[in-house]
Amino acid sequence: MSDYSGIWILAEQSAGRVLGISHELLTRGRELADKRKVPLSAVLLGNNVSEADLAELIERGADQVILAEHAELDAFRPEPHTRVMQRLVEKYHPEIIIAGATSTGRTLMPYLAVKLHAGLTADCTVLDIEPGTGNLLQTRPAIGGNILATIKTPEARPQMATVRPKSTRPAMRQAGRTGEIIREPVADDLLSSGISRVGFVKDESTANISDAKAVVAGGRGFKTSEKFKMVYALADELQAAVGASRDAVDRAWITYPHQVGLSGKTVTPGLYVAIGISGAIQHLAGMQTAETVVAINNDPDAMIFSVADYGIVGDLSEVMPVLLERLRERREAGASQSEEAGG
Amino acid sequence: MNIIVPIKQVPETNAVRMDEATGTMIRDGVVSIINPLDLYGIELAIELRERFGGRATAISMGPPKAEEALREAIAMGLDDGILLSDRAFAGADTWATAYALSQAIRKIGDYDVIICGERATDGDTGQVGPAIAAFLDLPVASYISKFEDFSEGQMRLHRLVEDGYEILQVGLPCVLTVVKEVSNPRLPTLRGKQKARKADLPVWNAADIEADPTLVGLKGSPTRVVKIHRPKVSRQCEKALANDEASTDQAVRGLLDLLEKRELI
Repeated sequence: MSDYSGIWILAEQSAGRVLGISHELLTRGRELADKRKVPLSAVLLGNNVSEADLAELIERGADQVILAEHAELDAFRPEPHTRVMQRLVEKYHPEIIIAGATSTGRTLMPYLAVKLHAGLTADCTVLDIEPGTGNLLQTRPAIGGNILATIKTPEARPQMATVRPKSTRPAMRQAGRTGEIIREPVADDLLSSGISRVGFVKDESTANISDAKAVVAGGRGFKTSEKFKMVYALADELQAAVGASRDAVDRAWITYPHQVGLSGKTVTPGLYVAIGISGAIQHLAGMQTAETVVAINNDPDAMIFSVADYGIVGDLSEVMPVLLERLRERREAGASQSEEAGG
Repeated sequence: MNIIVPIKQVPETNAVRMDEATGTMIRDGVVSIINPLDLYGIELAIELRERFGGRATAISMGPPKAEEALREAIAMGLDDGILLSDRAFAGADTWATAYALSQAIRKIGDYDVIICGERATDGDTGQVGPAIAAFLDLPVASYISKFEDFSEGQMRLHRLVEDGYEILQVGLPCVLTVVKEVSNPRLPTLRGKQKARKADLPVWNAADIEADPTLVGLKGSPTRVVKIHRPKVSRQCEKALANDEASTDQAVRGLLDLLEKRELI
């Protein structure tokens, strides 16, 4: 067990560009590496990765970058990615591996943990080091956010965890910070897969409400798909992503990737506006960690108010037009002011 | 096309009550249901079986009571159910759970596709599906949102990722984990319910699936829960009543003031 040393974060890339989640993981990794007094490595699998992006990983806190490049590692496929990672772990013996709880991380990490006989904790919100033992303490919400469980892996190594995107800030860039870039060769026999990616349909409308700084979500209270359009109007005014309760999705007012809650997405935005959403525990589980929560509902006893900072008790058909009008006035006033200032 | 659908019985989350003193879940009187996200996998399995033939079998690891979930799956339209139940399985984390399920799948032997729900609503990890694939050395296509077709031994599938949908070709055998978009679960029929009541559900223990005793249950689990506590969401909701023009105006003004103060607009 003591052969295992060093902290790894699993950086992610798309078409050769390092993704933002990597910088958030560096924040987590740097804290743990400093507490453990061991080096922090960013491990990246991909193809033709931008040199500037690699240097940036070091500027944002990695002591070294371990890079495995191959045309077959461009798109994520679980078996080749796992085999390459397994080889790297067996060569370097890191004590901790942290990945993003993304579609890639949530698939690769459990596959890899089985192959390594390692412990893995999903979707952690807090990571810390236990004084004395040096074990990783992993805290995560469970049972629909009703409890927080702290989990550790006392014996197996490496200790593995995924963390929620946007649950921490990206590491700051320190110009001139130096480190090493290690290029690891990739053996061809690791690259076979039963899966091939034959196409990609970009869907900006699904664009990741989990990543949004603000989310405006609508529910059953809108009563018709026509009225539900007010959610989009408000989201536009607030530069927010559009979310929805399960009821709204089940009524086909909006598609599933927008669903917030236990059977949809978990979001942690700076602002969450819930309109016409009663606040079933399944919905609350997906949004109660937002920084500021605003609710508009005609039922003064709706559960949503129990997690809200500001609530308007009223008919959304009356409240929404006024809110939209005030925001529009405010925006136009701001625009004319800056015009005056500029002119 | 022979299909295996691993499912989990979970407490109905609406009914979850917490013991405020101990921070643990009160399980007495809590209604158990099939993990809601497993229903989409069950439905896809039924649709594939209807189109391509074969058998669709549900398996579940849990206490004897978990056979209710298997009967429900049969009532919806699956052909068989197998329960893995043994005190030795208790306390399993996702690693040890996936190990036991993969041993049972090996014992079943004749399968083409394993379909898992995206995650269970109680544990909420989403790790067991990919982990089963790893134990069986199979490809795993996760977050599948649409089955397009099956020809020449390849499935054509859509996979929901952060910025859209990947189109994948996946050879059999394979493991799929599916999201809600993939299907519309049907309700059990009266005939299905009758069939489910009469169904003979084998119960397999650790020896039956030739499990290594050091790899199942708590003993086989690399992770340990060291502490459980209840998060305190303490927000003081400032409520404004909007029941006429003047109060609506005031309520909206109050909201804008708060958003400005917190630099959210």
